[in-house]
Amino acid sequence: MSRLFDLRTKRDTRSLRVVQGVLLSAAVFAMLGASDPATRFNELGHQMMCICGCNQILLECNHVGCPDSDGMRNELMAALSRGDSDSLVEQGFVQKYGPTVLAAPTGKGFDRAAYIIPFVALILGFGLIVAVIRAWKNRPAPAIADGLHPVRGIELEHFRDQARKETDL
Amino acid sequence: MAEIGSFALLLALALSAYSFLAGIIALIFQKRTTPALALQPAGNVSVREEGSLSAMLRQGSERIGETARRAGIVTFAAVLLASIVLVICAFRDDFSIAYILHHSNRDLPGPYKFAVLWSGQEGSLLFWSLLLAAYGFVLRLRYKTDPRLFAYASVVLSGVQIFFLLLLNFAAHPFAIVQGTIPNDGNGLNPLLQYPEMVIHPPMLYLGYVGFTIPFAFALGALIMKYPGEKWINITRRWTMVTWAFLTCGVFLGAHWAYSVLGWGGYWGWDPVENASLMPWLTGTAFLHSVMMQEKRGMLKMWNMWLVFATFWLAILGTFLTRSGIISSVHAFAQSSIGDWFAWFLAITLIVFVFFFFKNKSHLRSEHKLESLVSRESSFLFNNLLFVLLCFTVLWGTWFPKISELVQGNKVTVGAPFYNRVAIPVALLLLILTALGPLLAWRKTSFESLKRNFMWPAMGAAGVAIFLMITPQSWGSAFGLKPWQDISYFYSLMAIALSVLVTLTVASEFYRGGRVISKHTGQGMFASMVQLTHRNTRRYGGYIVHFGVVVVIIGFAGAAFNQDKEMEMGYGDKMNIGPYTLICRSYTDDDAPNYSSEWAVLDVYKGGKQIDTMTPVRRFYKASRQTSTMPDIRSSLNEDLYLVFEGLNQDNGHPILKAHLNALVMWIWMGVWIMLIGTVLALVPNAPAPVRVPATARLEPAHARPMVTGD
Repeated sequence: MSRLFDLRTKRDTRSLRVVQGVLLSAAVFAMLGASDPATRFNELGHQMMCICGCNQILLECNHVGCPDSDGMRNELMAALSRGDSDSLVEQGFVQKYGPTVLAAPTGKGFDRAAYIIPFVALILGFGLIVAVIRAWKNRPAPAIADGLHPVRGIELEHFRDQARKETDL
Repeated sequence: MAEIGSFALLLALALSAYSFLAGIIALIFQKRTTPALALQPAGNVSVREEGSLSAMLRQGSERIGETARRAGIVTFAAVLLASIVLVICAFRDDFSIAYILHHSNRDLPGPYKFAVLWSGQEGSLLFWSLLLAAYGFVLRLRYKTDPRLFAYASVVLSGVQIFFLLLLNFAAHPFAIVQGTIPNDGNGLNPLLQYPEMVIHPPMLYLGYVGFTIPFAFALGALIMKYPGEKWINITRRWTMVTWAFLTCGVFLGAHWAYSVLGWGGYWGWDPVENASLMPWLTGTAFLHSVMMQEKRGMLKMWNMWLVFATFWLAILGTFLTRSGIISSVHAFAQSSIGDWFAWFLAITLIVFVFFFFKNKSHLRSEHKLESLVSRESSFLFNNLLFVLLCFTVLWGTWFPKISELVQGNKVTVGAPFYNRVAIPVALLLLILTALGPLLAWRKTSFESLKRNFMWPAMGAAGVAIFLMITPQSWGSAFGLKPWQDISYFYSLMAIALSVLVTLTVASEFYRGGRVISKHTGQGMFASMVQLTHRNTRRYGGYIVHFGVVVVIIGFAGAAFNQDKEMEMGYGDKMNIGPYTLICRSYTDDDAPNYSSEWAVLDVYKGGKQIDTMTPVRRFYKASRQTSTMPDIRSSLNEDLYLVFEGLNQDNGHPILKAHLNALVMWIWMGVWIMLIGTVLALVPNAPAPVRVPATARLEPAHARPMVTGD
């Protein structure tokens, strides 16, 4: 391991510092405003559903006389006033109203699959397409009629540019 | 009247069944007799006799095929008659018919009585069947374009039509009679549907859903008959574009309806039924791009076949979701057993398609050859990946509650936060491709040319992003964006910057092409660009669609800056939201035959000056005994002021009002118009390019030399 460090050039060290700096800045920016109760109320309220059956986000439920949303909003406000953390607030709501109160799957257990699968599909899809493109690219060129010499390189680029300028309408 | 409707439906079923069976018989005999005629050698008497028998069989099969075609045409007349009867029954308040009793009432205004046709389960299935028959009618009238391919497509259409007519006759009969005493008045139409857009939104959406049956019918027909060449794809492309335009219109009309009626201040809730309309749109859009690969380079034949099938299948799946009750949704129709019918139909269509695909897939093989990763072909491949992935994400999110229930025993909610987290990054990647795609040439693009063409648009986009970050917030919703404060601000900034990038690349394409024409013809730049568009309507119409899409995306990006406020307001009470001050001038109620209403009158001030008076309303519909809000919306390019009358405080009678300030929403509706204009332009035939080669310069055939084979 120490040999690896020895082998690292000054340039690598500088790059590492830049990455560390970027990560630190990102963490600082991510924390900005996180402790503001109004912001937290707004964020958490948009991560929960009203349970009256209207299928709406808690803070977007607009039914006057809704049997649930007012009480839920008050509970949320009370939890934030107590200083409960976000996860504690969410746990409390899940225990009381069931897992459907959360507007999106959590990042735990099987729920994680909801987020992982689309990105796995994206990565696999990209890999597949790159492999397909490489396979198609490496196929032999079609045979050319006798007596003709294919145009290649700079000359081909020149013709392409010319054709594009003059005819690509 | 109900008897006439029932009879018309039975007749339509019989005609469809005949069209399907006779069509199959005709095609089988035509297939068997065609090679015999083609191979008939001259002078051989026994073979000639056999040939004349084949000719007779062929003539007979052609006649049967013609009767099948005509039966298909008359099916349209029969379904149209059934639909007219149902509408007449709605206008005559014939509450002896259960469907009219449950979806209409005497005081329902005329246009909504017409809309009763598609407002409930049975009626909407009849409407679906009517549109399918209408598409089939047009297809069968245009059969001379390619009689054999159209005959195959007609059989496939009849098969789908039979399914819907079976449903109508035996599972969801729109003319079922009420048992016992007939009530004096009906239950009324759902109040949420009593809005002008609901007279046009479902027809548009259904024209889109149903329309995708046509490309599917052509694709399956071409697959079964091993259609030579790419002509079928040219025929299909136009149908697909028209259908795509209808579906686009339907989806966004639905969004506009949700925005204008539901009163929660949003236009898209990621509800399963909304998702169901988005999925075929995404695969249909992917097909409209990848079809160019097949037309220009003969590539992706199998993939296109699957895309066409997936689009049709997802449209049916959407209907299954809406009607089976398998996934809970605020849009769902009453739960019924027809979900099983749809499940069987989905399974059968999948089996039929997979069978013919594997039986005839050798016919779809093509020699794929790419010269470079940096080419138009590659961009289309990645474009298709992202569209299909978005579709998969929406499908995955829609079904995840059910999957979770099966795996861990409890349901979860998959709402907007999930889609924002998963779908937005993919959509942003797609925007980058939309910007890059037009700059890439077919076969190969050099990095130098890409850099040259991409540099100015990229600098423009970066400049706009920096400008949006450094401007003061007081300038309006989209200004003073600080992407590090919130992930939604970051997404918004990215979406706006990438939209600018797409716009600039599109503009540069118009400019470059226009400049060439201007140089050759001496016309002004604008006239040259018009001529350019007319010469290749599909390409430049497509660019206009892309521009429309980015305008819509800018509208979506505005959602990050939305604000709302709720307040009980007595006479003279004030509410401040954004740059607006609202003062309650009055509140009152009113009574109409169909509903009673409560409403408030609010003066709107901006910068100390009165600019408007707004009147949000809440209605109570008497027949259905349900309430509905009618928000008042004041739209501008920068933001919408959206007021909702939520109700009355029972203690003091003061109205409770909710105000939303929704940023850039108008851009969404403008973008849709631009998309539709672009689509219409793309459907216009190309103007012929002027001949510039002088006659003396032409090569004589004898001097012509062989050339490299290519496209």
